[in-house]
Order: sequence, then structure tokens, then C-alpha cells
Amino acid sequence: MAKKTIREAINEALRQEMARDPDVIIIGEDVSGGAGGSGEEDAYGGVMGVTKGLIGEFGRERVIDTPISESAIMGAAAGAATTGLRPVAELMFVDFVGVCFDQIMNQAAKFRYMFGGKARTPMVLRTMIGAGFRAAAQHSQSLYHLFTAVPGLKCVIPSNAYDAKGLMIQAIRDDDPVIFFEHKALYDIADDVPDEAYTIPFGEANFTRDGDDVTIVAFSRMVHIANEVADKLGREGVSVEVLDPRTSSPLDTDSILESVEKTGRLVIVDESAARCGLAGDIAGMVAQEGFEFLRAPIRQVTVPHTPVPFAPTLEDAYIPSPAKVETAVRQLLEARPRRMSA
Amino acid sequence: MTTFSESQLLDAYRRMRTIRDFEERIHAENTTGDIPGFVHLYAGQEAIATGVCIHLSEKDYIGSTHRGHGHCIAKLCDVKGMMKEIFGKQGGLCAGKGGSMHIADLSQGMLGANAIVGGNPPLAVGAALTAKTKKTRHCAVSFTGDGGSNQGTTFEAMNMAVVLKLPVLFVVENNGYGEGTGADYAVGSRDIAGRAAGFGMPAVRVDGTDFFAVAEAAGEAIERARNGGGPSAIEAVALRFYGHYEGDPQTYRSAEELKRIREEGDCMKIFRARVTGEGTLTEAQLDAIDAEVAELIEEAVAEARAADYPPVSELTTDVYVSY
Repeated sequence: MAKKTIREAINEALRQEMARDPDVIIIGEDVSGGAGGSGEEDAYGGVMGVTKGLIGEFGRERVIDTPISESAIMGAAAGAATTGLRPVAELMFVDFVGVCFDQIMNQAAKFRYMFGGKARTPMVLRTMIGAGFRAAAQHSQSLYHLFTAVPGLKCVIPSNAYDAKGLMIQAIRDDDPVIFFEHKALYDIADDVPDEAYTIPFGEANFTRDGDDVTIVAFSRMVHIANEVADKLGREGVSVEVLDPRTSSPLDTDSILESVEKTGRLVIVDESAARCGLAGDIAGMVAQEGFEFLRAPIRQVTVPHTPVPFAPTLEDAYIPSPAKVETAVRQLLEARPRRMSA
Repeated sequence: MTTFSESQLLDAYRRMRTIRDFEERIHAENTTGDIPGFVHLYAGQEAIATGVCIHLSEKDYIGSTHRGHGHCIAKLCDVKGMMKEIFGKQGGLCAGKGGSMHIADLSQGMLGANAIVGGNPPLAVGAALTAKTKKTRHCAVSFTGDGGSNQGTTFEAMNMAVVLKLPVLFVVENNGYGEGTGADYAVGSRDIAGRAAGFGMPAVRVDGTDFFAVAEAAGEAIERARNGGGPSAIEAVALRFYGHYEGDPQTYRSAEELKRIREEGDCMKIFRARVTGEGTLTEAQLDAIDAEVAELIEEAVAEARAADYPPVSELTTDVYVSY
């Protein structure tokens, strides 16, 4: 099986679905790039090159460069989706949602419910998340928690190329609006990815490491950090299970609870937010549904409650590090089991 | 000059009369306290929705506003389903989950009333994108008001429609007020059509109390859209009869203005005078429609009142197609 990067895997998913279904279009800023310029067409293929080459195959009618008008892009995708297309819209950086959230949150997400179950809005919104690029406060956030909080949206947060392809194809074929979060630091990570089209269902976690002592739940880039810690501690005889939910909405709560029932200890590593983020959400769920499984307090390793800083020293300290995750795991192992009062 | 057949004129009158009676009845029913939430009435602007939608089929799409009842009726949504929806009842067009500000009927090409001012222009652009991509010759119409015309979404949508040469018509209904603030104050240029033209599309300002003026301009714009000529805009001026919302004391406008609107700016009277004066329709024909519409509205209210509220089990249904 060929090794493909996440960039290549998503590109392949888009190409295969566009070839299969003429209703699939791509719309966004610089998704090809070069429209109206004096140089070459497909100059960008998306700022990270994810949609490169698609215009050559499918033409400008299906790979649509837009003005820098995020509300119009999101609304056009939502309106096109309810009327018969399957648009894959791009919000270049998730940080830009501040200028267009209405079209996602109040429009696309609510059509089905608000219209009494009569509407379908099969759109995919691809967007980029993640710190680590020295891109500072307005190009580095991981705002998937905002979208996860909105009923009507599905949220996909892949960590590897195999998942990215299968989840993207599922997202395009899905009849609900799906937000697909791509971490900018992961595009070049390669995995074995089948050439043929395949889907991965939403709401099914992937266990990237099996273990008995501690459960780590992590999304996106944080899965790699969790794996690194699990491998290191594994050499010391500590057995860490790593669970990648892959989608935050729907969330595979059953798998999380099963794992915590087995290990009795939970660390959640999350780049979204210190407050009202995915870590807090999952911790609350486990505290409510699985309190009796816990042998130690739940630990959340998150970004701090600050904007993403610019200076390398500060940004490095902002991102949850393997050292912080390792410390959290060790603290849980050292914690004495709670004494239950009679 | 567009000419309308007798049956088209009767159809137009029926739509306008239905909107007027529907809204006046909601105005009355609302005082009973039996309509949940708040409603925004379209009375006074009937000629605009009708003058535009008379050119559309159910395959063409419209996006609407919080003041959407008129657009729904002009687009031939089921009046009884609308009334049930406004009362929040089962059998409503949105199963009682949307209410006055979210009435939609996709089978009639009605993409929804929209409680976000400036919410629908990007969506209409999307519907037009579908039409262009699928080469259907259908088009989309975005209805907004003078208030919505000041939203960035409207500017973005207009520019994108020009850039992508989409079959969409932007109808901006200038009814004089965005909530309680005058359009002459809030629209900096006082020229919404001119602003639309600045984006690079044909744009005209018409008398929104004159069905024929609206229909003429809309017919031309819609034909251009269907033929690949891209977007257009119409600023249609017609003051609303009622407040921003039902219960609005309207202290921001004078009693003289309200009186003058009804005397001089009533599109129903203007339409009736013209068609009977020209001899294209008779008083008897129009009276017959009045009677039929009155009966329809009566039945719609009775059925809406008799219908049940949705069961609590529907609270969590239809959030997703699958989850």
C-alpha cells in the first residue's frame, strides 16, 4: 500500500468524489488560485496545496475561486447544498470564522430542524486549525469546540492520512453539514492509504495504542503527542491506551467510557481551549457517566486560557507538550485511589 | 412593456389579496395571545413580492426575511400550513419548529424566512450557483430590506454574484425603516439601487406600491438571469402599514405618515383602480377573489386553532439526517 501524506489523502478523496458525483464542487479562496492574474492557473491549489490539480481535471466551473468574502462562501455553500449540490467549501483558517459564523451556525446548521425536517444541507466545510507555525493569534487557533457546541453540525478532526481520506469521503457523502478540521502541522505526515475510495463512519473512535493503566483521549495533532508518551512510558512498563475519537460530533462516548472502565484513569489532551473546550466536555461526560470507574481525578492537558502567542518561546509553551502529558499520566499513577466514605 | 393576460392578473390579485388578508388576520389574532413569539407583518408591500414571484416557478428559489409571510404566499406556499406554523402547531410547514420567522417550503422553492437581517443573500447566491452549475435556467431571488441592505453579507453576496455571473436577483424592499430607524438616516447614500449598481450589476429603483412597475423590472432582470446575463438588483419602495413587530407602538413615525400610507400608498387600491379603469378586470371578478380568500383565511385560522401542538417527543428529532 502506498504511503500518502494527509495532504495527498484529502486531495485524493476530493478527486475521487468529484469524479464519482458531478454535484460535488469546491468553492473558496485560492482553491486553485491564479484567476484573473497574469501568471499560471492553479497557482496555489489552496494555500497548503490540498486542492492542487483539481481544476485541471474538473475545470473552473467546479473548482471555484472566490473573492475574499467568507460569509458569501459559507452561505453560497449552504444555499447550494439545500438546492442540490454537494459543495466542499474552504474556510482557509478556522480563525476566520469570526466574520462568517452566522452562515454556518444560524443557517446551515439549523435548516433541517428549523424547517421541520424537510431540508438537507450536504455541505463540507474544510478548514485549517492548529498552533506551531508562528502564525500568532489570528491564524493558529483550534476552534473545533465552537462548532461542536452547535446542534446540526458534525465535526471531523482527523489525525492521520488513512482517517483523513476515509472521513473526507464520508463527509462528502453525508447529508448533514460537516466541518472538517485539518491541522496545519500534520499535512506532511504520511501513512499507508489505499488507492480506492473508502469511508470511515462518524462517531467511531480509533484506538491508536492499547493499554490497561491509563486512558489518553486526544484529537488531531495531540494524538501524535499522546502516542509518543504512550510509547515512552510503555518502555517503563506503564500501559497507556490512546483513543482518538476522530469526530467530536458525534462523539464516541461509549468507547471513552469502556476504556476508562478498564483503566480507571483518564487524561484528555486538547488543543481547542482551556475553558469550555473538548477536554472539559469529555471530562464532564466521564464524571457524570463513569464516575465509579475512576481511580484518580481526571486530568486535562490543554492550551492555556490565552490567545496563541507569536514568540517561539511562548508558542512552544502554549502547545500541550509530551512532557506535560507525561507528567499528567505519572501524577495519575501516583495518585492514591480515592477513599470512599461509608 | 410587459403585458399580462387576464388570468395572470387575476392570479396576481389573488396573491396580493391573500397576503393582505393573511396579515390583517394575524394582526387581529395576535391580540388574543394565542400566537407564540413575535410576528412581523408584510401588509403594504404586497405588490413587491407578487410582482417578482409572478415570474417564478416552484423550481426557482427565493430567500426571505423576518417579514416573510408575503414572500411565502407570493411563492405559493400552502396558506393553511403557514397559519399552522405561525400558531406553532402540528401540520405547520415546518412542523411547528420554525414559526413565523422561519417558514420554509423547499418544494415550492421557498428557502426560508430568515430571522437574521442580511442572512439570506449569501444563501440565494448558493441557490443560483446550483442553477448555474446544473445549467437549469432557474434563478434565485433574495428579498431583503433597507436594513438588510446595510449588512456586509449583502455586499459580499452582490459582489460574489457579479464575479461568478450568477442568475440571482437582489430585491431590496425599502419600507422606510430598519426596525425603528429611518432608512434615510441609516442608508448613507440614500440610494440602495445605486449602491448595488456599484457592484457592477444593472439596478433600478421602482415604486413598490405599483405591481406593474415591480413586475416590469423583475421580469427583465429574471429573464436576463435565465439567459446567463448575471445578477441584477431592484430597490422597491413601499412603506409598511404596521410596525416593525406586532405590538410596536411606532412612536418613531407620525400619525399623519401612517394615515397617508394607507390613503396614498395602498398597492391593493392602486392595482384595483388600474385594472378596472383599463377594463382588463371587472369589479365582480375581484370581489369574487376577495370572497374566496376571506373563506380560505377563515378556514386556515380555524384549522390552525384546532390543530395540536407537536408532542414533546419531537423536541430531539430532525436535528440531523443521521447521527
